[in-house]
Amino acid sequence: MSHRTEGVNTERQSMIAQKMLTTNKRQKTENITGKTIAMICAGLLVIVVLSITYFIASKGLSTFFVDGVSIKEFLTHDKWDPEGEPSAYGVLPFILGSFFVTALAALIAAPLGIGAAIFMTEIFPGFGKKVLKPVIELLVGIPSVVYGYVGLTLLVPFIREQFDVLGFSLLAGGLVLALMILPTITSVAADAIEAVPQDLRNASLALGATRWQTIWNVVLHSALPGCLTAIVLGMSRAFGEALAVQMVIGNTTKLPGGLLEPISTLTSGITLNMGNTIQGTPYNNALWSMALLLLAMSFIFIVILRLLGRKRLAK
Amino acid sequence: MKARLMDRAATVVLTLIAILIIGTLVGLLGFILSQGWHKLNLDFLTSPPDIVNAGGGIGPQLFNSLYLLVLTMLIALPLGIGAGIYMAEYAPDNKITQFIRMSIEVLSSLPSIVVGLFGLLVFVNMTGWGYTLFGGALALTVFNLPLLVRVTEDALRNVPRSQKEASLALGITKWRTIVSVILPAALPGIITGAILASGRVFGEAAALLFTAGMSSPNLDFTDFSLNSTTSPLNPFRPAETLAVHIWKVNSEGLTPDARDVADGAAAVLIIAVLLFNLSARWFGNWVYKKMTSGSN
Repeated sequence: MSHRTEGVNTERQSMIAQKMLTTNKRQKTENITGKTIAMICAGLLVIVVLSITYFIASKGLSTFFVDGVSIKEFLTHDKWDPEGEPSAYGVLPFILGSFFVTALAALIAAPLGIGAAIFMTEIFPGFGKKVLKPVIELLVGIPSVVYGYVGLTLLVPFIREQFDVLGFSLLAGGLVLALMILPTITSVAADAIEAVPQDLRNASLALGATRWQTIWNVVLHSALPGCLTAIVLGMSRAFGEALAVQMVIGNTTKLPGGLLEPISTLTSGITLNMGNTIQGTPYNNALWSMALLLLAMSFIFIVILRLLGRKRLAK
Repeated sequence: MKARLMDRAATVVLTLIAILIIGTLVGLLGFILSQGWHKLNLDFLTSPPDIVNAGGGIGPQLFNSLYLLVLTMLIALPLGIGAGIYMAEYAPDNKITQFIRMSIEVLSSLPSIVVGLFGLLVFVNMTGWGYTLFGGALALTVFNLPLLVRVTEDALRNVPRSQKEASLALGITKWRTIVSVILPAALPGIITGAILASGRVFGEAAALLFTAGMSSPNLDFTDFSLNSTTSPLNPFRPAETLAVHIWKVNSEGLTPDARDVADGAAAVLIIAVLLFNLSARWFGNWVYKKMTSGSN
């Protein structure tokens, strides 16, 4: 009996050994297929980015190479009259409009956002985590058309009554965008401030500095690149936002003259006219060139963010 | 003394800022909901809009938003999870991986209008489809991929190493380990991210203006064939979503009650987005508890 079981056992053992030594073909192909599929998905991201750049650039550059508008004229002239005779393609009003409205939004949102971030991390961490953080996250989730709608129904009439102007203005656009980028700035700045080592705070407090002195001289100082990153991120969102701005900015193509005057931005110009122009006409191509400018700006923002990130690592 | 005074003043100012922000959000939500509250009835939610007369609803728009969300997620989730798996488990530390990371960064910071214009060029003009739901879904996929990849990668990286090693030690292949051990453990994080992405899809308008279009055909909700032009399920028809509708009504609405429609639509959009946000939180916690209940 025992001899027989032993025989069966050795037989089984050799079977198992053989199974362990031979690679399972099905599993091997599955392994390779899985990896390949994952790789293709990741590669797709690169393809998408490259094709976005290629397609927008090829359309946008045709203004200069097909329609013969000079790049200098396009960027520096303030006369925009693509349907006029002779037509003029100066997009300076749009460019300045975009920059002004972005700068205004950052000027309003940066102090508030960083202030809120300090409050959340340094002053009342408990309350900040339980109440302020979810509030900020909800604000991030609100769609931009809703911000535009609120700006249109609340802010524009308010400005109209207060200052006796049209209401659609640089100010309205800046305020709407400030509200939109506030959560971005707050949450990124809060992360940066939280990452400051506790030792630094303790050392400063031990030297007899007050909490504010510690925050101002020590914490903010070492979280500066992070806070700048937060502001630049917010600005890049503001620069590219289309509909919320278009709804409140007034869409008048002229150089920005004052806070209360209606202006245009690159995004609002594209949004309003892309649907009404015929593909391939110089007017339409000029709009694609404006889109190319937007794309270029978003690359510039990324470079700035990268440089800031490197500075943060170097610290 | 001066330093102490400064300290007090700073605390007061910072607290005021916090109160201002909370007040703004409460005011914002309160304003939108109170403006739109009276419109929230079944008739408004289901009837089609009226171009000239008062009394139109947002039925087709609401349906389009939901259908577009489903289509987008069907395309974006597999791609996002696939790319996330590659970045977390396979990507070697080299120049190519850095380039992929750079691409994700670029993609996530692209203005949505630029994504929309890319969609117009490729999914509308080059394919010859015209404005379609499917084109819109592809544009929104481009728009949401970076978020989904990042969420998946983070969730996969947060799975304890020991679980992966235990599986590999049992002789299970790497792919099987990823699919049957790591991915399920990372699921709560991925689901939370996917719901947040859904909220973004639901509220996005700029990328859809020139891809899914600004109009809807008259939909026949009894017709479910995928090819019929009036079928709501046909992915190759133009479709105006709720967010686009809000923009259109506000900027070029002709009906006498355009303002009313915008109020109601904004309230519906806000409620939907809040639901997405809250359910992301709640569902993530729930799945997490469900999956870890065995261990404690």
